[in-house]
Parts: sequence; C-alpha cells; structure tokens
Amino acid sequence: MGVVVFPGSNCEGDAMEAVEVLGGEPSVLWHAEATTRSVDAVIVPGGFAHGDYLRPGAIARFSPVMAAVAEFAAEGGPVLGICNGFQVLTEAGLLPGALQKNRGLQFLCTTVALRVESRRSVLTSALEPGTVLHIPINHFEGNYTASPETLAELRSEERVILRYVDNPNGSLDDVAGICSEGRNVVGLMPHPERACHRLLGSTDGIALLRSFLDAGNQPSDLVIPARLSTSAGTPS
Amino acid sequence: MEAKLHRTLGLTDEEADDIRRILGRPPNHLELAMYAVMWSEHCSYKSSRIHLGRLPSGGPRVLVGPGENAGVVDVGDGIGAAIRIESHNHPSAIEPYQGAATGAGGILRDIFTMGARPIALMDALRVGPLDDGRSRWILEGIVSGISGYGNSVGVPTVGGEVVCDRTYTGNPLVNVACLGLLPVERLVLGRASGAGNVAVLLGSATGRDGIGGVSVLASAGFGAGTGDDDDAAKRPSVQVGDPFEEKRLIEACLALLDAGLVVGIQDLGGAGLTCAASETASRGGVGMDVDVTAVPRRETAMEPFEVMTSESQERMLAIVTPEDLDEVLALCARWEVRAAVVGRVTGAGGRLRILDGFDGPVLADVPATSLHEDAPRYDRPLAPAGPPQAPATSPPPPVDPGADLLALLMDPSWVYRQYDSQLFLNTVEGPGGDAALLRLKHPTTGRDTGRGLALTTDGNHRWCAVDSRLGTAMVVAEAVLNLACVGARPLALVDCLNFGNPEHPQVLRQLSDCIDGMAEACLALDLPVVGGNVSLYNESRGTDIDPTPVVTVLGMVDRLQRRPPGVVLVAGAVVMVLGPRSSDLGGARWAADAAGDGRAPGPLPELDLGRHQQECALVRALVNDGLLAGVHDIADGGLAVAIGELVARSGVGAHLDGIGGHGELFSEAASRVVACVAEEHVAEVLDRAAAAGVPAAVVGHTGGDRLVIEGLVDLDVAEVTAAWRDQLPLALGR
Repeated sequence: MGVVVFPGSNCEGDAMEAVEVLGGEPSVLWHAEATTRSVDAVIVPGGFAHGDYLRPGAIARFSPVMAAVAEFAAEGGPVLGICNGFQVLTEAGLLPGALQKNRGLQFLCTTVALRVESRRSVLTSALEPGTVLHIPINHFEGNYTASPETLAELRSEERVILRYVDNPNGSLDDVAGICSEGRNVVGLMPHPERACHRLLGSTDGIALLRSFLDAGNQPSDLVIPARLSTSAGTPS
Repeated sequence: MEAKLHRTLGLTDEEADDIRRILGRPPNHLELAMYAVMWSEHCSYKSSRIHLGRLPSGGPRVLVGPGENAGVVDVGDGIGAAIRIESHNHPSAIEPYQGAATGAGGILRDIFTMGARPIALMDALRVGPLDDGRSRWILEGIVSGISGYGNSVGVPTVGGEVVCDRTYTGNPLVNVACLGLLPVERLVLGRASGAGNVAVLLGSATGRDGIGGVSVLASAGFGAGTGDDDDAAKRPSVQVGDPFEEKRLIEACLALLDAGLVVGIQDLGGAGLTCAASETASRGGVGMDVDVTAVPRRETAMEPFEVMTSESQERMLAIVTPEDLDEVLALCARWEVRAAVVGRVTGAGGRLRILDGFDGPVLADVPATSLHEDAPRYDRPLAPAGPPQAPATSPPPPVDPGADLLALLMDPSWVYRQYDSQLFLNTVEGPGGDAALLRLKHPTTGRDTGRGLALTTDGNHRWCAVDSRLGTAMVVAEAVLNLACVGARPLALVDCLNFGNPEHPQVLRQLSDCIDGMAEACLALDLPVVGGNVSLYNESRGTDIDPTPVVTVLGMVDRLQRRPPGVVLVAGAVVMVLGPRSSDLGGARWAADAAGDGRAPGPLPELDLGRHQQECALVRALVNDGLLAGVHDIADGGLAVAIGELVARSGVGAHLDGIGGHGELFSEAASRVVACVAEEHVAEVLDRAAAAGVPAAVVGHTGGDRLVIEGLVDLDVAEVTAAWRDQLPLALGR
C-alpha cells in the first residue's frame, strides 16, 4: 500500500497506522518521485498539500508522483483519496467535480453519519447499501459540486457511493464520496482512518478500508478490464 | 539624540546607563536595539523573576524544568513529554487572526526545538462580552487564526476554554499550550558549542514584520480601548504567520535531529535573531559572529537593526559542525526549507558580534550573556498584603433560578468544531469535556503504550480577583479534579500568568499572592511547575485586567482500557454529588452576574488540599474502574451549570431533590463532582467514598424530558439544550 506524501500532507501517518492495523504494509510515495513502485494500491491522504495555496490540490496535481498515480489508476489500480486527497484527485482529473468552501464558510471537525449508496466501488464492496456509518469529517473545502450533466452521469452509473445523512457542508446531492467510471478510483471527504479504533469512538471506518485493502490484494471484477489485460506494470 | 532613542525603544534612562557600563562605551544604535528587545519585560521577566523562584519545579519525573524552551517530563517507555504555555495577548488585540495564529506557531517551535514532535494544542481564550461588536470581531478572528494555522500546520487542538467577561474588553487573552513527545535520548537543548561550528538559519526569509513586538507591543499597555490611533499604529509590530512554511520546518528539523546532524537548535521568537544567537551562545558558554548580510531577506534596504530584531515567523537557528553542513543543506532542500549559514561559533570571550560580511566591519560587539543575565531585575513595590476588598454580602435570592441557570450555559462547540481535534489518531476525549485524553504512542516507533496522557487548561479571574492566593490554589485544584474526571493523575503543570501593569503596586501584590497560592497547591498536590510565561501590562485605558493565572496540567492514565464516561447522563440512573455540600457563594459567577457590577462577593469558600487529594483519588479510581456512567466537576456556575451541561449534552432529563436553595445551586466551592451512577453500582460507590473519607450523597435520578431541581428549577430538556447550544452562535449572529 503506497501512501503519497506531499509537503504539507499531515494524515499520512494516520493512514499508514490504520493500514498496518488491518494487516497491510504501508510505504511512502514521495511527491517528487514519478513512480508508484510496486505497490498494489495507493492512498492520497488528508492534509494541506503545498499549504492548499492557490486552491486545495491545485499545485499537488503537478507533482511528479501524480503522473505515476494517474497511470496506475488507468491500469485499474485502486486509488483512494481522503479529504485533501479527494481534492487532489479532482484537481488531477481522476475524479469528476470539485470541492468548494463549506456552506457557512467555516472549517468543520465533527463526526457525521454517512449512508452507503453503492457497493460497487473498491471502497464499499464489503458493505450493504443503506448501511449507516459514523465517520469524522475535518475540512474547510468539502462542499462537493459538479455540472448537472456530471451529476446525472454519477447518479445513473451508481457512482455516488456515500451520502451524508444530514448534509454538513452544502454538498450537491449530499455527496460524501464518489468513484471513477472504472470504480477503482474513489474519493471521499470523511476520514475512515479516524474511525478504526474503539478508543477513538467509532470503528466504522474499518469496513471501508478493509474493502480497499482487499481490492489491492485481489483484483476483482470491480475494476476495469484495462488492468486485467495489462501485463507490464500490473500491480502484484 | 541617544537619550531620546533609548526611550523610543522602550529602555529607561537607568537601563541605558547599565548598557553603557557593560560595554565601557556608549552603545551604537544596533547595540541599543538589541538590548532593548532582550531587556524587555517579555524577554527578561524583569518584574516577575524574583517572585517566580518560589514555585516548586523539581521532582523525579522532571527531565527539564523552567528556563528552557519547554519543560520535559518522563512519561515512561523512554518517552519524554515536552510542554509549554504562552500568551499572545497584545498581538491578538491588535490583529486577532495573525496574533492568534502566530501564537500557535511560536509555541510549536518551542516544542520541536526540544526535539519533540508537537502532538496537541490547547487554547484558552478570554474576550469581552459578546454584546460588544469589537469583542465579537476579536473572538471570531482569534478562532479563525487558530483554525487556519493549527489545522494547516498539522497539530490537533484538543481542548481549551472560552470566557467572555468585561474585564477583557480592551485587552483579550490568548493563551496557547502545546504538548510534544520525544524519545528521551533525542532531548536537545538550545546550546551552541564547539568553536568553528556554524550557525544555520532555517526557514522563512526575514522581513520587517514584528519589529519591536516584545518591547513596544508586548511590554506596554493599551491606551483607549477602541480605535485608538496609537494602538492601530502598533499593527506592524504584529507578525504574519505561514503554516505551510512551519509544517516543512517541523519536518526538516525533526529529520535533522533524527539524523543526529545538529549540535544545538533554537527557535526565533520574541527578539528574533538577537535572542536566538545570544541564547545559544550564552547557554553554551561560547561566543558567536553573525554576518547580518548573510540573512535571507524578503524586503530590500533593511537596516542591520531591523534584521537583528525582526520577529518574522517560521525561523530556526541550528548549530552544526562544518563536516555535516552539506548533509544538513541537502535535508533542508528535500523539505524545501531555506537554509543559510549566518554565523560562526567563536570561543574565547563569549562575545556576540554582528558583522557586515564575515570579514567585514564589526557593527555590534557585546558580551552574549549580558543580553540575558545582566538584564535588570526589579523588586517593584507591592501593595500591602491582605485580601482585596470585595462586597462581603451575597445578592438577594434569584426570582427565577431556572432562568439564571439557562443564562449561565454556553456550548463552546462553535469554536472547537473549527479545529482539527483528531489528527494522529490519539484523541480519546476531545474538546468539550472536563479534560482532553490522548493515547500515548511512542513518538518514533508509533507503538501504543497502553497508557494515556490527559490535558486540561483552567483559569478563573473571578476567584483570583476576590483573593489571588486562594483563587489561584482553587484553579490548580480544579485542573487536577478535571484530570481525575478522565481517570488521570497529575504529572506536571505549566502556567501563564496574565496580569495588569506591574508598576501598579496592587497588580504586583496580585502576582506575588498568585505565585504563593500556586506554590501551596502544587506542593500539596505533588505537582511540579515545569515552565511558564508571564504576560504583564494587560491593561487598557489605565484599567488593569482582573488577575488571570491560567494553568495547563498534564496527567497520566496508567491503563487506558476504556473511554472515560464523559459529561453525560444515561437514563434510569442515579445522580450523586461526590464531595462536601456547600452553599457558599464567594467568588461565584451567579453572584457576580446578579450583583450587577460583575464583581463576585468574598471571601472564597474554604479549600482543604488534603481533602481535595482524597476527592481526586476517589474520582480517578471510580472512572478507571468503570463505576461511573457520567461525571462532571462542579466549578464555574456551580451545581447548576454542572447538571445543566450534563442534561444538555446527553438530552436526558434529571430530577434532583434536597438541594437546599440557590446557594447550593450556584456555589463554586472546590472538591466536588456530579456523577451519574447506574443503580447496580450505587452501593459500591457509596462504600468506596466512605472508605476514602469523601462525603457522597444521592441527590436524584435521571430520565424523562425535564430538568427538575425541587423547589428551584423546572425546565424542559429541549429548552436546556437549546439555551446551551444556541448561546454562542446567537451572540455571534451565526
């Protein structure tokens, strides 16, 4: 499991701890190196990559590592963007739409209820639709927006995978998390890694991260055929 | 000309004479500017130092006591906990966002200077009443500043306080505490040693921001409170923060320390490069040459005195050997941190010389130690001892105690929801409870020790205005009881002493009494004071703030097996008061509000520190053994606020019987908690209280949708919750 680190990332250690607790082997993918090495899945963690200057993700998308992540994703590799990582993936064009400032113009750190809308993604494959999860959010720019056409496409293709039960930030259609056409790239504003230990108040993040780890370990029919037909560079 | 200059810089005529004596000649402009910042009240503690020595600071767990960048306590498994608290009051009054942001930034550097990774911030905020537009602007600015800086720099804010009172209208208080963890073997002290070693300036380029911050701004009071031209003119003395620069600086410095590449390291805070260069040299018993032209700048045509006294943020000074220099520069480049060799450690004489090019003319030449150790120490006049006058009689009983109870409730979540409180996956109990509780993981291996660290921040100006000595002791006692409510025993304390103008004898009396009260309480509760900060000249329009010592206490949970019960009620349980019953309204907030002038009556209720120890030990044991379903200490606002918050936070009603009147409802007497106890545990809790010698009484039961206190209060739970939840957002017009 590769965890991308930009200058200004700050949830990379948390993501690695959660992955390790679930039996994965995390390693750092440094922003300046244009490779995903031989990892079988990639997490773009939360934080403030490049200080969020200009706009969250706007500078990070140009980091050498992102070209490698895009290639990895194109080959069907599982990629998860959490919070700032979701913002980076939208800026990089790996996921549609954008994250704008919260309704209310304030940073929000609180635990919210999420409803699983689809199990057809590398993040939600182990969860029944309708399941309600309690997971913390921690963002200023988490208000999801997209063009009407994009939203219609996301809805018709069942690519809105998580919705807020009680919309905290003004997100369009209560969107909390979406996936790519190939269902192997996912982005969500809530932090599943913060909900993986009973002492921290919720363990609802485990099922999500477990699904994602499994996607890395066992290529399934969830991912696009491109990956299955690629011989060179297929993640092991 | 010179006489005028030293006064402009904030030095007295006598201090200027001292400088002339030390140098054996008249100082030049640059030298005078360096002494002015180093001998400021903020840097030299010249009015408070003779009193601070009375605080107990030693103990077997103390690895580093007061006087360094932060105190360090041994928390086991080879882990040291570095802790410090600092004020950023005056900058926050002038420019709330940047003032508070750079307050957080500054204290983070104090922590990683010790070799510790910062893992938690706490902020104690005090502003004027929110019906005043300027106070609303100040509070919103402060909160945005801490949110904007702390979240981005990647350190969670796990707790704090918000107090609104007219004593802070012209002079708000922003006190920020930080906790960091380090492997004990990496402990670093800010010392230069080894002639020939080089001093490398890391981080931001130097600009004109913050010049005179410690002297002009921090060490003088405010004039007229609002819109005063002189105060507005101080705005350039406020620094501007860049959390992304600080984040890279943290990572680069910790990487340098991990790789064993630094001999000593020091942050640049108040008094900038002058302070960092002279402190590292002075502590290491060496001298230093600084090439002022080698300092990277963000502005053109800066004078040497501007470079040497600038308080531009996000800068560190690392002392490294010439052999390691290339590796140091490479590591800094990886983290995109600017690094420039600006100084050389020299041996003999211990002089700090400022040069125009390493081989160029000498611009300043002073004994390094004279900037610290020769700073004046004032034994300023104290007003006569004796408790200050406070009205001895309580106001008449309330017409509607229920309405008064509602008015005292305020949910601070509008503030803390804007802070990342969970980063690093440690936060078991975050903001809003009696104390924050964090998992203790090893700072480099990440291994969970199975123990927990607790943090609380407390202050109470009303108590301290009535009686600074006893009031301060009560503040310390309350902090220790707050820790007990999450199952923690106290390890160490840091203090931030916010007072008025020390040239006023009654203010110095308050300061002296406060230190005596803190010393008494800390000795009785076995609590070393490992660091502190003194903020004086908190006055506006000639009126001093009420004495406001704020303490942050670090505690330990030896076996962290379950989440603490928290400030909640569960339905179908029993409500108990653990601790003595009291109807004493001395110092109480209800009485101060009811009196109309905001002054609480005196004297304060009795504090028996021995009984307080027993109370804390009992609560701690009951929490850790899982015998309580909910618990909350009784302090500000008394039993009324304690039960009101328990009801509001859980949405569960309660019916209390036998509360003997408004005195018992609003008394803030020490050593008491309200507990919610399941029926099956009531007998055991009563037995254990009896065995511990702590009075315990069943005062009611939980459930239903009303909060009833027989003969006094009858409210709908929804009404209590709404009053609590909406008070702050409504006051702010949100």
